[in-house]
Amino acid sequence: MLTVRDLTVRYGRSVAALHGVDLDVSDDGVLAVLGGNGAGKSTLLRTISGTLRMHRGTVAGGEVRYGSRRIDQLDPAAIVRLGVVGVPEGRQVFARMTVAENLRAGAIGAPASARAEGQRRVHELFPVLAERASQRAGLLSGGEQQMLAIGRALMSGPRLLLLDEPSLGLAPKIVERIGATIREIHAQGTAVVLVEQNAVMALAVADHAVVLEVGGVALAGTAAELSASEDVQRLYLGGHAESDAAAERQAAEARSQRAGVRRLTRWGR
Amino acid sequence: METFVQLVVNGLGKGAVFALLALGFVIIFKATEVVNFAHGSLVLFGGYLVVTLRDSIGWAGAAIVGVVGAGLLALVVERLLLSRSKLADPFSLALLTIGVDVIVTEEIVRRLGVSLPFIGDAWDAKPIQVGGITLFRTHLVALVVATVLITLFFLAFRYSNWGIAMRAQAENKEAAALVGIRSGRVTATAWLVAGLLAGVAVLFIATQDFSGAGLSRGTHSIALAAFPAAILGGLDSTAGAVAGGITVGLVDALATHYVSFAFAKSAVFLVMLVVLVVRPSGLFGTRETTRV
Repeated sequence: MLTVRDLTVRYGRSVAALHGVDLDVSDDGVLAVLGGNGAGKSTLLRTISGTLRMHRGTVAGGEVRYGSRRIDQLDPAAIVRLGVVGVPEGRQVFARMTVAENLRAGAIGAPASARAEGQRRVHELFPVLAERASQRAGLLSGGEQQMLAIGRALMSGPRLLLLDEPSLGLAPKIVERIGATIREIHAQGTAVVLVEQNAVMALAVADHAVVLEVGGVALAGTAAELSASEDVQRLYLGGHAESDAAAERQAAEARSQRAGVRRLTRWGR
Repeated sequence: METFVQLVVNGLGKGAVFALLALGFVIIFKATEVVNFAHGSLVLFGGYLVVTLRDSIGWAGAAIVGVVGAGLLALVVERLLLSRSKLADPFSLALLTIGVDVIVTEEIVRRLGVSLPFIGDAWDAKPIQVGGITLFRTHLVALVVATVLITLFFLAFRYSNWGIAMRAQAENKEAAALVGIRSGRVTATAWLVAGLLAGVAVLFIATQDFSGAGLSRGTHSIALAAFPAAILGGLDSTAGAVAGGITVGLVDALATHYVSFAFAKSAVFLVMLVVLVVRPSGLFGTRETTRV
């Protein structure tokens, strides 16, 4: 179980990129994190996976726990060894290395005994990676690179997978496949945190969701509740706003009601 | 013709030594983006250990201690100075290595005083006659040893977990961290390996065959020729380091004979400039691309 409590993160001395963020991901859950650019989604994942310092960010308050262990001060390699593995935004495969080498790199943080199992699982999920094993990763298509990035993360047999915008820049058909894959990974017993701008895909895959806005949790609830919420429909699902003026009015209302929206957070345990 | 063959063989031997040094340079640069200006002092340190120990434990033992010692000094520099400032800009860290270089070099030169000991006991000044050609044993041994070490390095770099981790980190630090590669270990082993290679190189440099001068400040400046070797090969290319090393060795040997000893020293840099004009990122270097 991943627990984030009252998390505040800063880059340098600037404004907090996250402030007072609370969220939980159960061991069999899929949490979607929605929000626009600059809402703090990537910062949240960086904090969980321990790469925040590489971006000169610091945890200024609150904590992140995985199980009973506090992880917000650990280095990324130690966090991977606890079973929490991230897939960075923009895939970031090792382009000059082959597909097989990328997967091997993914297994470095795992005990040697887990490697064969990881390899089998990845090739089963993504047969194309077995076909292209000796090809340079940089030559794969965008969708294949995303599969490789996810496969690389799965090689160490994670218990919690952190995905940063896996649908970014991919064709709708591929996005659907990525969505199906995430469901499959979840069905095999891996919890998932899915950061997405593509709310349709994310809410279809997730059981719970939060919406981040300017560094804070604006909405939280089950995926069904959020899909039904007017705010989410209007802002992220291409919903019902009749005009910009109406949208603005609604947005203002939404802001004033934010305290009330907290009712939805009953899923947090 | 015989002279030419002799020059080429000797050039290759020198080149092999420069390749060892340049490879160390490149390994460190790939792992940390730091240009290690302290490489020359690692060379001197390894040599100095040989000088001080060979009377008590024999040359072979002293040579081993020298190689290991140079590796350990590199490791200590990395652990004590560089790894503590992870977020520092690579340029500032490069300046830090200049500081290390000055301190270590000056201290060793002071301790050596007026003695200029040769340290290639096992092969120095024992030329081999092949037909009408005289070949330096030092250069031949250097060629063999370097070939073995460089081959081992490339096998490890390509097939071992260490090599995979090293390349992954060189390509994308954040992605490497996210899959659990321990960046500190990768960096530390890179320095260790570079130091070991420098320790091997000095056993050939401070000889009558190679430089005609014993261990001294001159050894340090000869080691600096690994710098143009690494740059003309492409600072981030291991294969380039080897090609660059060989090029420098050949240019040095040929220019010394056909022009003059003094010119040879600048010829190396001249070749580097010409290569950089034609290929700004070196022979095998990756072209710098900046993501917008």
